[in-house]
Amino acid sequence: MIPLSHYLALSAILFVLGVVGFVFRRNVITIFMCIELMLNAVNLAFIAFSRYLGNLEGQMFVFFVIVVAAAEAAVGLAIIIALYRTRETLSIDELDSMKM
Amino acid sequence: MELLLLLMLLPPLAGAALNGIFGRKFPQTVVSLVACGASGLAMVFALLAAWTFSHFSPEPAAFIHSYFTWIESGSFRADFALYYDRLTLVMTVTVTVVAFLIHLYSRGYMEHEGGYYRFFAYLNLFLFMMLLLVTASSYPLMFVGWEGVGLCSYLLIGFYFRKKSAADAGKKAFVVTRIGDVGFTLGVALLFWTFGTVDFDAVFKRVASLPFGEAQGILTAVGVLLFLGACGKSAQLPLYIWLPDAMEGPTPVSALIHAATMVTAGVYMVARSSILYAHAPQALEIVGTVGCLTAFYAATIALTQNDLKRMLAYSTISQLGYMFVGCGVGVFAAGIFHLMTHAYFKSLLFLGAGSVMHAMSGELDMRKMGGLRHKMKTTFWTFLIATLAISGVPMLSGFFSKDEILAGAYEGPLGKPWLYWLATVTAGLTAFYMFRAVFMTFCGSSRVDPETAHHVHESNTKMTRPLVVLAFFSVVIGYVSWPQALGGSEAFDRYLKPVFGQAQDALRVAALHHAESLSGLALMGLSLLAAGIGILVAAWFYLKSTEIPERLAVRLSGIYRVLVRKYYVDEFLDWLIVNPIRSGSEKVLWKGMDAGVIDSGLVEGAAEAASGIGGVLRRIQSGNIRSYAAWVVLGAVVWLIYALWQR
Repeated sequence: MIPLSHYLALSAILFVLGVVGFVFRRNVITIFMCIELMLNAVNLAFIAFSRYLGNLEGQMFVFFVIVVAAAEAAVGLAIIIALYRTRETLSIDELDSMKM
Repeated sequence: MELLLLLMLLPPLAGAALNGIFGRKFPQTVVSLVACGASGLAMVFALLAAWTFSHFSPEPAAFIHSYFTWIESGSFRADFALYYDRLTLVMTVTVTVVAFLIHLYSRGYMEHEGGYYRFFAYLNLFLFMMLLLVTASSYPLMFVGWEGVGLCSYLLIGFYFRKKSAADAGKKAFVVTRIGDVGFTLGVALLFWTFGTVDFDAVFKRVASLPFGEAQGILTAVGVLLFLGACGKSAQLPLYIWLPDAMEGPTPVSALIHAATMVTAGVYMVARSSILYAHAPQALEIVGTVGCLTAFYAATIALTQNDLKRMLAYSTISQLGYMFVGCGVGVFAAGIFHLMTHAYFKSLLFLGAGSVMHAMSGELDMRKMGGLRHKMKTTFWTFLIATLAISGVPMLSGFFSKDEILAGAYEGPLGKPWLYWLATVTAGLTAFYMFRAVFMTFCGSSRVDPETAHHVHESNTKMTRPLVVLAFFSVVIGYVSWPQALGGSEAFDRYLKPVFGQAQDALRVAALHHAESLSGLALMGLSLLAAGIGILVAAWFYLKSTEIPERLAVRLSGIYRVLVRKYYVDEFLDWLIVNPIRSGSEKVLWKGMDAGVIDSGLVEGAAEAASGIGGVLRRIQSGNIRSYAAWVVLGAVVWLIYALWQR
């Protein structure tokens, strides 16, 4: 058996990669991919715990997360397309009209 | 009887409401019909009540009826109850008759003035309040009337409210009487604290049952405090300063409120509380002393005044002093007698002055008058009759009432010779300045401005008829009490014995013993002498050798200036009280506190603070999504550290 800590370590690394990418990348689509990465890292943690605690609830929750991620991706991409059509840019730094 | 009393009180109140609310739309005839009708009804019912009361058999000491419970709080209870006895009878009849005549006079006087309906509404309201004052059966209810007449006085003095001096005079009257009211309220509170009740009947019975000398301290305090209220309302030293300024109001107001009725409220209150004062002779002595000093003081000022109405105002203050002397020496009936006669001749004097003022197109400076009797016969003759009355010329009302007071000052229970002498000298002064006024205004050669002289005419009958009626009363009303010295029975005095008897008996215990060296006739003779000298000197100065007053004024210029400037009292009070308050208000309270601390500091300061903090916090909203993400991550890290730390 692969010990739980290995899975959790992998999950943490993936998550941190996602965060770092989310903060430092400029392309909007790349940022979305990082969001997906974070979500999947969490999924991995849930499944690992489910396996090791013998509890099916973790896997149930993963379904919910997947559904939410899918919906969010759909809506988010639609928004990006709309933005691109008006602003002609995918750089997140240029989307600052909410500035005070 | 209880219905009659209500019927007496309600018409003026209703008239005031009717005229006040709808008067603007009524034509003048309707307004005056309502007002004079209300006043007339009050008079009729007052007379009916008087008749009914006199025919009760057996006649009770007082008729008291409670209509409804007004205040009930813990052990304090004050009902809306009315108290009717012989004193009330005298007061209500006098007040309503004089008020009615003045209402009639005002129809003519106010004909061409704006705010006709307002004037009559206030006048009616005043009548209601005054009647309430004299029929109230407890101190709080009397106080309602007391304040009510003060309010109407303010409204009527400041009737020409667009004129600053009039508005100021109204304020001054109200504020100064308010100062007196502090005394009144404290006195009533003390009474409640001591006796547990403020009902006249209850209080008077309790006080009467006390052996003499007991509770004297408390009663003296009450007496002095109540008298303070009376000083304010009845314009005695030192709270008289509002009355001369009150002449800014229309003349009928001066006649009704500041001669016949409101200012007499203080005297009435002292007389009503006679039993209290009887058990506290020191308070009564203070009353008498203040009254006498005020009488003299005001008379000296009246000597030099050139404004007709202002002189009459000081004369009123002086005569009120006489009434307080009457009460103060223990002859309360004499004080009330003088109140009654004074109501008639003083209001006549004021109305006459109003007639003159009308004829002279508003001019009141006597130096610009003269010789008016040729063009204003009725006004002249009625004014002369009133002047004779006030000077104490025999066979007119003033003679009888003034003489009773002077006799009381000499030989009354608390009489003292110096009171008598000062009062007699004042009588001489009174005769002098009153005849000075008559001579300067009506006699001699005319000094009238040619412009004004064109318009000089006798007033119309609406104004002159009341003058004649009042003149009649000024002569006749004195006969109700023919002095003992001339073999009479002093019927008025005996009539009021049920009211004042107990007080007078109590005072005899405290009576001062003095050598009776002068008989009643001698006293009478002396006062006649004083009056006679006053008249003759006035005639000499103002009819024969008219340069003398001016030369005297130059030679005694120091004294003259002090008198003309009314002892500089107003200037002194301005310096002492008014200016400090005004500059304190302006510099400290307004600019310092209000504008500085509250406006700039708190209100704007709060705004500045909010703005500043906002300016700082705003920087978080950069619009830059990556920075938002960074903040989220940072927050998550902090929380994580915190969570791990807790382990």
